[in-house]
Amino acid sequence: MRPSSALLVGVVKLLVGAYARWVGSAPGHAQRIYFANHTSHIDTLAIWSSLPRGLRRRTRPIAARDYWGTGLRKYIATRGFGAVLIDRTRENPESDPLEPLRASLRDGDSLIIFPEGTRGTGAIPAPFRSGLFRLAGEFPAVELIPVYLDNLHRSLPKGAVLPVPVVCTVRFGAPLARLPDEAKDAFLARARDAVIALADRRAT
Amino acid sequence: MTRWFEQVPREFLWLFGSLMALLAIASSIGWLLARRADESKAASVANLVERINAWWVMVAILAVAFLAGSTTTLVLFALASFFALREFITLTPSRPGDHLPLFLSFFVIIPAQYALIGTSEYGIFAIFIPVYAFLLLPSIAAMRSDVEDFLSRSAKQQWGLMVTVYCLSHAAALLMLPLEPARNGLLLFYLLLVVQMSDVMQYVFGKLFGRTKIAPVVSPSKTVEGFVGGGLAATLIGGAMWWITPFTPLQSAAISAIIVIMGFLGGLTLSAVKRSLGAKDWGIMIEGHGGMLDRTDSICFAAPVFFHVVRYFFT
Repeated sequence: MRPSSALLVGVVKLLVGAYARWVGSAPGHAQRIYFANHTSHIDTLAIWSSLPRGLRRRTRPIAARDYWGTGLRKYIATRGFGAVLIDRTRENPESDPLEPLRASLRDGDSLIIFPEGTRGTGAIPAPFRSGLFRLAGEFPAVELIPVYLDNLHRSLPKGAVLPVPVVCTVRFGAPLARLPDEAKDAFLARARDAVIALADRRAT
Repeated sequence: MTRWFEQVPREFLWLFGSLMALLAIASSIGWLLARRADESKAASVANLVERINAWWVMVAILAVAFLAGSTTTLVLFALASFFALREFITLTPSRPGDHLPLFLSFFVIIPAQYALIGTSEYGIFAIFIPVYAFLLLPSIAAMRSDVEDFLSRSAKQQWGLMVTVYCLSHAAALLMLPLEPARNGLLLFYLLLVVQMSDVMQYVFGKLFGRTKIAPVVSPSKTVEGFVGGGLAATLIGGAMWWITPFTPLQSAAISAIIVIMGFLGGLTLSAVKRSLGAKDWGIMIEGHGGMLDRTDSICFAAPVFFHVVRYFFT
C-alpha cells in the first residue's frame, strides 16, 4: 500500500472508525460491485477503508468529477484511493458517464457505487438511478453486494465542512440475486430494499 | 544503552516485569483451556483469550508511555478521551445544530484540556470544562435557532465531555502534582493497577461465588459477592503496593478502597447511561472488551477523587 493510502486510511479510521460487518457475505477476491446509501463525502472513503488491505488495491470507488476532480481532492482521490472519476454534469451530452465504470470492470476491478446519484439527508436512501441496472445486465458474472453506512450523515452532513468524529459501521449484505427478465424498476427497488434491510440490523 | 537503562526507576522494572509474568501465565492458561475446551465453552474461552490479548496491548502501550515521558502519556490519555467521547457521541442523538459545538469538543476542548494539564495550571484546568465549555458550547448551538430537545441535547453532550474528557484527564493530571520524591508516573500506575485489579477480581469472584445481584437491570454481572470479595482483594493488593506511593501501608489500603468504590460506581453509573441510550456495549473498538468506555468507565470515576485525595493530603 502506498504511504499516502495508509495515511488516508488512518485518518478515516481515527475520525469515523469504519468498522466492517460482513452480515451476508465474506471479504473475497471475486469481482464485485458494492452499492451503498450516500449521505456524506466521507462515504466513499469509509467503505474503501473498511475493506481488508488486500482488497483495496483492486476495488475502485466512483467519485464525482465536479467534487473530487480538482486540487487536493483530486490528489486524494486518484493517488490515495484510486477513484474512477465520472461526469455528473454531462457537459458533453454525447459521452456516456458509465463508460469509465465499464472500463474498470473490463479490467477486472471491483467498484463502489452510490446508485442514488447524490447525497441524501437521512437514514433511508432515496430511489436508485438506473446505472446499477445497466451494469448488472452488462456484467452478469460480477457479484452485486449491498452496503449500508450508518451515522455518516452525522459526521459530515450536507453543507458542513468540518467532520465530527462518530463511529460508523459498514455493513456488507448477501449478494443480490439476478432474476431472469426482471424489469428495471423492480430490480432497482429490490436493490434499494437490500440496502435498507441492512439498516435495521443495529445489533450486528 | 546502559545509561538509558539506569534512568528507569527500579520499581518500574519490577512492576512491569511482574505484570508480564502474570500475563504470560494467563496466556498459557488461556492456551491450555482453548486446547481442551469443548463446543459449549469455546466461546467463553475465546473471549477470555481476547481479553488477555487486549491486556498485552494495553500493558505494552503503557510501558511505552512511561518510558517515553509525560508528554507521550498526556497524548495517550488525550487519545483515550477522544475515542471515549466518540463512542459517547455515537450513541447520543444529535441534530445539525450541534455540529460546530461537537467539532469544537473534539478538536479544541480535548487538546486544550490536556495542554493545560501539561502546563500544570491547576487553577485553569480544573474549571476549564465545567465553566467555559459548559457555558460556551450551548451558546454556539443556540445561535443555530434549533430549539427541539435543546436542553436534553446540551445536557447529554456536557455529560459526555465531563466523563470522557474532564474526569479521565485527572488520571493524567497526577503527573503534574508536586510530589516529594517526584515519582508521579508510579502514582498513575498505582491508580490504573488498583482499578483494573478491582475489575478483574470482581469478575473472578462474581463468576465463582456471585449469587445476589446488586442492580440486575443496569448491570447483570455485578453481584454483592463479587463486589465485596473482589473489592477486598483489590484493596489488599493496593495496600501491598504502598512502597511505590507516598502512602503508609494503612493509608494505601484506605485509598485503594476509595478507588475500588469509585470505580465500582463508575461502572454501574455509566452502564445505566449506556442502557438509557439503548446499547449493551459502548463500542467494538477493543476485541473482547467492547469499546474504550467499557474499559475506562471505572477510571473516569476513580481518577478525580484519587487526584484530589492525593493533592489535598500529600502535597
